[in-house]
Amino acid sequence: MSTLIQIAYLVAAVLFILGLRNLSNPRTAVRGNALSAVGMLVAIVATLVANEVMDYTVVAAGLVVGAGIGAVMATRIQMTAMPQMVALLNGFGGSASALVAGGELISAAQTGESLAGGIVPFAVVLSILIGGITLTGSLVAFAKLQELVGGSAVTYPLQKSANALLGVLVIGAAVSLTVDPLNLATLSVLVGLSLLLGVLLVLPIGGADMPVVISLLNSYSGLAACATGFVLDNSALVVSGSLVGASGLILTRIMCDAMNRSLGNVLFGAFGAEEGVASVSAEGGVEQGSVTAYTPIDAAVVLSSALRVIIVPGYGMAVAQAQHAVRELSDLLISEGIQVQFAIHPVAGRMPGHMNVLLAEADVPYEQLVEMDEINPQFLETDVALVLGANDVVNPQARSDVSSPIYGMPILDVDRAKHVFVIKRGMSTGFAGIQNPLFFHDNTMMIFGDAKKVMIQLAEAVRDYTS
Amino acid sequence: MLEVPAVAALTILVLSLFVGVEVISKVPPLLHTPLMSGSNAISGISVVGALLVAGSGNRDLAAVLGFVAIVLATINVIGGFLVTNRMLAMFKQTRRPGADSGRGEGA
Repeated sequence: MSTLIQIAYLVAAVLFILGLRNLSNPRTAVRGNALSAVGMLVAIVATLVANEVMDYTVVAAGLVVGAGIGAVMATRIQMTAMPQMVALLNGFGGSASALVAGGELISAAQTGESLAGGIVPFAVVLSILIGGITLTGSLVAFAKLQELVGGSAVTYPLQKSANALLGVLVIGAAVSLTVDPLNLATLSVLVGLSLLLGVLLVLPIGGADMPVVISLLNSYSGLAACATGFVLDNSALVVSGSLVGASGLILTRIMCDAMNRSLGNVLFGAFGAEEGVASVSAEGGVEQGSVTAYTPIDAAVVLSSALRVIIVPGYGMAVAQAQHAVRELSDLLISEGIQVQFAIHPVAGRMPGHMNVLLAEADVPYEQLVEMDEINPQFLETDVALVLGANDVVNPQARSDVSSPIYGMPILDVDRAKHVFVIKRGMSTGFAGIQNPLFFHDNTMMIFGDAKKVMIQLAEAVRDYTS
Repeated sequence: MLEVPAVAALTILVLSLFVGVEVISKVPPLLHTPLMSGSNAISGISVVGALLVAGSGNRDLAAVLGFVAIVLATINVIGGFLVTNRMLAMFKQTRRPGADSGRGEGA
């Protein structure tokens, strides 16, 4: 491989790093994304012209088909379906890396090239293992997010033992293939086990833990590319793969911190499986007085006299596609001289930054979106906290009830506002399966209904009341 | 094939991880979704490896795997960058004064 192509890969790597750096500010982020895309173009073109590719028809066909599908997916996808899209793309990236590593191994087996010793066999094993897990793990995540299968945690008897057994088998196959890399039978076994492992690892994880899973799969897709980089001795793959791997790991940690849970607990401690049981059975005792349902007209009276309103969106807003309706209400209140902000919990929704994207889609300016740590002290001086389809992230039990499964999770302190409106379809519990004492507080007004419809009714009522 | 010894590649790996952590820690939560889809598009770099495997000139199983890998990685690259661009274009600063009433048309 020529010096020229290595320099091209270096240029690509620099463009990726600059691109990611530009993502630190919404004003430069579009340019950053374009820089990364140019980096990718440089790497691809350099590879194509480097006299290594012999058969251009196959290559061109693959590029055209992939680009077509990718472009259609990217332009057609609804913003509310973005978690599914990201999950799917993670899976594609991870499996592509594994396929490349597998293809290399098969080529080597055919030519009788010796791979024993050195880092290559180990890298092939890692690439196939991580890529396989990423593929099926992402597909299961996709199916859950798309609600093709139930979003709740799936548990079955002997789950831990089955996973442990599978883990032992995987390690056995991995070691065997590392020692004897040209044994294609072992390769097939490892592929099968990796795919199975991906399914079994993600299946027990419930919907609200998806931000962690997607971040982790994001990281895996990078690590798989990185491992394939070692197989091919290709610096472009090593650099890019490790950048993405680092990015995914950072997001994973941020998501775990935002739930006050360890990664191990999210992955293996399916809520309701262990410690959850005790608190769910105690749930009956949580009922604290009665809940009063209010109409949007009642709420509009309170809202119209407020000086300061904080809206707390959650997954329910995404489900009801209520982001445009809530922006209209926000605009109306602002035009009445009321200060309106949005409080964004890090794990609100189904992926990191989910609420921000939806509200940006609805043209809410990003200065109006405030992070948890910054907005929490401000609830004390807030007249109305409007909770729209969020539940566990505003549950005061997380602050006060040591026995609660969500105890210690950082929450948005909505209960400290003068009035709390909770817009919800019914009295069902949140993902953690625990009742929310917030609903029974004296200063809480429950408004039952579809988030979008309630937003529209509320805006109408405010308009009527103030005109 | 590049003749970089494994130790050199390991060095690159470790240094890139550090750069990645430094750079990505500065991305605000506001942009976490575009960060994910954008970095995901970067992980489609394996398309480079796929090009080499699929274009080896042999019509064998390895080339078939390479072809599938090109398709998947290209979906990842094109889909990832385009959707990230679509998302980022939506993030706007405070509307200009007087534009309050006409917000509907921008949606």
